Amino acid sequence: MKIMHCPLNGPRNIDEFVWMGDVKSAPEPTCSDREWTSYLFIEDNLAGEVDEWWLHAPSNYWFIARRNRITDKILWTRSPADYFSERKS
Amino acid sequence: MTADNARLPADGWGLLLDRTRPVTFSFDGASQHGFAGDVVASALMASGRHVLSRSFKYHRPRGVLTMAGHDSNAMVQIGAEPNVRGDRRKIAPGLAVISINRMGRLDFDWLAVLGLFSRFLPVGFYYKTFFRPHGAWRLFERPIRALAGLGSLDPKAHHGYYDKQHLFCDVLVVGGGSAGLNAGIAAAETGAEVLLIDEWPTPGGSLLFGRSHSGRAEAEMKRLSLLSRASRLPNLRIMSDTTVSGLFVDNWASALNNNRLYKIRAKQTVLATGGYDQPIVFTKNDLPGIMFADAAQRLMRLYGVRPGSRAVIATANRFGYDAALDLLDAGIEVAAIVDLRKSPDGSDGAAAKARGIRILPNTTVVAAKGRRHVEAVAVASILDRDRRGPSEWINCDLVLMSAGYTPAINLACHTGAKVVYDPAIAMHRAADLPAGVHVAGSVAGFWSEALAADHGGRVGRSAALAAIGRDTAPPAAAEDTTARDITHPWPITESPGGKDFIDFDEDLSTRDIVNSVHDGYDDIQLVKRYSTAGFGPSQGRHANLNTIRMVARATGRDIEKVGSTTFRPPLVPEKFGHLAGRGYEPTRLTAMHDRHLVLGARMMPAGLWMRPAYYGPKEKSAEAIVAEVRAVRTNVGIIDVSTLGGLDIRGPDAAAFVDRFYTFNFLKQPVGRTRYALLTDETGVIIDDGVACRLHDQHFYVTATTSAVDQVYRLMGFWNQHWRLDVDVANVTAAYAGINIAGPRARAVVEKLRTDIDFAASAFPYLAVRSGHLAGIPVRVLRVGFVGEAGFEIHCPSSFGGRLWDLLIEAGQSFGIKPFGVEAQRVLRLEKGHIIVGQDTDGLTNPAEAGMTWALSKTKPAYLGKRSVDMQIAKGVGRVLAGFTLPDRNAPCPKENHLVIEGGDIMGRVTSAVLSPTLNKVIGLAYLPVSRGAAGSRFQIRTDGGRTVDAEVIPMPFYDPDNKRQEM
Repeated sequence: MKIMHCPLNGPRNIDEFVWMGDVKSAPEPTCSDREWTSYLFIEDNLAGEVDEWWLHAPSNYWFIARRNRITDKILWTRSPADYFSERKS
Repeated sequence: MTADNARLPADGWGLLLDRTRPVTFSFDGASQHGFAGDVVASALMASGRHVLSRSFKYHRPRGVLTMAGHDSNAMVQIGAEPNVRGDRRKIAPGLAVISINRMGRLDFDWLAVLGLFSRFLPVGFYYKTFFRPHGAWRLFERPIRALAGLGSLDPKAHHGYYDKQHLFCDVLVVGGGSAGLNAGIAAAETGAEVLLIDEWPTPGGSLLFGRSHSGRAEAEMKRLSLLSRASRLPNLRIMSDTTVSGLFVDNWASALNNNRLYKIRAKQTVLATGGYDQPIVFTKNDLPGIMFADAAQRLMRLYGVRPGSRAVIATANRFGYDAALDLLDAGIEVAAIVDLRKSPDGSDGAAAKARGIRILPNTTVVAAKGRRHVEAVAVASILDRDRRGPSEWINCDLVLMSAGYTPAINLACHTGAKVVYDPAIAMHRAADLPAGVHVAGSVAGFWSEALAADHGGRVGRSAALAAIGRDTAPPAAAEDTTARDITHPWPITESPGGKDFIDFDEDLSTRDIVNSVHDGYDDIQLVKRYSTAGFGPSQGRHANLNTIRMVARATGRDIEKVGSTTFRPPLVPEKFGHLAGRGYEPTRLTAMHDRHLVLGARMMPAGLWMRPAYYGPKEKSAEAIVAEVRAVRTNVGIIDVSTLGGLDIRGPDAAAFVDRFYTFNFLKQPVGRTRYALLTDETGVIIDDGVACRLHDQHFYVTATTSAVDQVYRLMGFWNQHWRLDVDVANVTAAYAGINIAGPRARAVVEKLRTDIDFAASAFPYLAVRSGHLAGIPVRVLRVGFVGEAGFEIHCPSSFGGRLWDLLIEAGQSFGIKPFGVEAQRVLRLEKGHIIVGQDTDGLTNPAEAGMTWALSKTKPAYLGKRSVDMQIAKGVGRVLAGFTLPDRNAPCPKENHLVIEGGDIMGRVTSAVLSPTLNKVIGLAYLPVSRGAAGSRFQIRTDGGRTVDAEVIPMPFYDPDNKRQEM
């Protein structure tokens, strides 16, 4: 069973984690209905490296991981604070 | 051969036997004898029985092939346990062994007649026959299914005990042969914690049955020396009789021993798994008496059994010559050694020649003769790959094959290693191993005894250094050039009449593979599936390589280009018991659980929790529920609601958070008030509801349903990552016990307790929340609708739950207070038209469909799901959840999910329905088209047995429509 490195708890068995989908920003509130529906139901389904939301269930800690969807290799995991501050800069 | 002659003397033979302990067991009802340490096959062979089973398709007699559990010729059934490998299962006193796959006796199987019809059972025959005329398959299916299968299942079989254990180590070594032992010792000497796992009762691998330079004694000495070195290392643990069944990502391995499944986490894995013997293909190469050379050596060395009296050995490497010397030592005549190699290395045969054995180079076996046992073989010179010289028949009752191996790279492939063919040595190897997985010894291409041992040591040391964090470059070992002299590239002589077996498990001959390609299935993946080659219990261990060779030739491709099929776990059979282990069903009990049991409650699961369904015996359940409902409506009832979710939301942004999350308005909610909290997800679907209590400017206590609170808690955490409000969310569900006391006398009961809360209606209005104490117990008290009567929901810390329950029961005695359960609660709430999220709502229910638009804020700019809810409402919802009754008082009450049918089509469905004791009629909720949802609308419900009942929409709440009673 895979090991995932939780930014808070360190390396843990993958069955302690829950996947919550791509990191994606909601469109502006002024977007069209079509754009909103697309945001809700259409996934990019990228065959490559994707930033994803993950939860460490026992501690209820949310974080972001970058994963290669073809090899299932996890490239890095980061706290949301680090991730979003890096994205801003 | 009589029973007496088949045993070898103890000196040097029968390593695993304890001849001081005879064991009696039975085979097909007849009494058998053996020794402790014998396996079923060795004890049977010792008594002169060589036919151990009948083959899958043609019911041909079969005998020992590998003597290592790698084939299924020795498969038997023991009691209720099918699929037992008779060449690995130890005998025990009284063991009742049954042979499989025969009709009649093993020695005279009626179904052997199927062999005569082999022409009508070509490869893939079931795709081409037995289904015309239309419906014919139904006639053929039963008998075909009855004929197929290996063993029988007893549905009443006794459940065995199975369990699991977790193990951790720095280095896992799989395989206890010379390479594995050297790897384990080197790893431990380097300082790592090492776990070495070996399949056999004692480690040694080929040292257990092979010869070292001077003979058997030297091999045994080397083995004991390695074991002695191993035993002196406290950080090296050896597990015997254990098989690694799968290797998974990040060095997670599964292993089996008896009824235990081990789950192992290693930092580094060394696979020293050796190789699987490959057969020589010729006419009737499946006769009992034809086996691999090391099978014969195992029979003699481990079990002290003579496998025959006159042998022919067909070999393409030095191991056949080793076996010949063993046979001579055991007093067995060796009629000839045929060497498939054109110019075999003279040194291999020097000792054999010196002992007078006839050696025929560039020769192979082309056919065998015999009915239930081999009686003679025909040998011929090899002119080229497909042509043979004239045959010479040699009488024998034992044929040993040693034409090569395929490395056991299965476990490496489980983790993603690629299978690559090396034409120079005519064997596959594993490539692209993931970091942390290593191969050592013959599985890595090192076949010379010295090089294999050395390679094992280097790999073990390197793995240990990596495991303890002192990485070095991987060991650069010289290539073993003797590997070219191990496996013959084409040990196949095709037979015109069939019966030249490539896959013994599936009874497949060379022409079956050729015909698969001719039928158009020319990719190895298709050949496997169409022909079933490799599908049997041995999973292609001795069939895959020859299949690949045949496909290469039939398609004109190089073997490298043909590829190989995929190895998947498990490597060996795992039982469901292994996977299930001991069952653990976590159950959550409230603080008042034992009180309910004392009161005679019938408990039911609610998620992971146990709650009382009703109080009283099962036979009187209906009456009990009615009585509980009546008690609440007319007097006072008390219910344990501890399982309901509770979330403490605290911080400067507490109100902003609750307001953003739920649909209603919460920013201006006064302290001391409660408000209904409806939750929709981003797609506008209802996912939960509860009550939000404002205890303080910066403190909300929000309840949620028992089954959804964990999900709600997660969602709160998820969304606050986006909103980043200054708030803390705590899931305090289990921290608080909850009691709801409801009915016209509820207030009177509560007021009997010593309290600092004013419970009078004027001081504690409907929908208020108060914090304080009851009998010294800290409490939060809510006044909410719940079951539609005046009542109080009291939350206290769990440790006080039992005491508070006792106090309220005691206080209520004089009023005749009655505990009520989940069933009565459901009836009471349905009478008020309250919906149950998840029962009355589904995965698409929009608040407008459920009549909840009143709970949607019209003013606030955002809440989770707002955009989608508004979009759905603007589009117009198609259905509505309507309350109904049955005009006919005698009609049966519909059940959840009974359909509303109109004109033969589904128009809607019932979500809840009950015979209301309060109203004396059936009431329920159903989804109907919007146009049919108005009061007075009539429709039909199809109930059990197809019976249709008439229904009519009526306004809600069904009971006390003005809500006067709950606001008392």
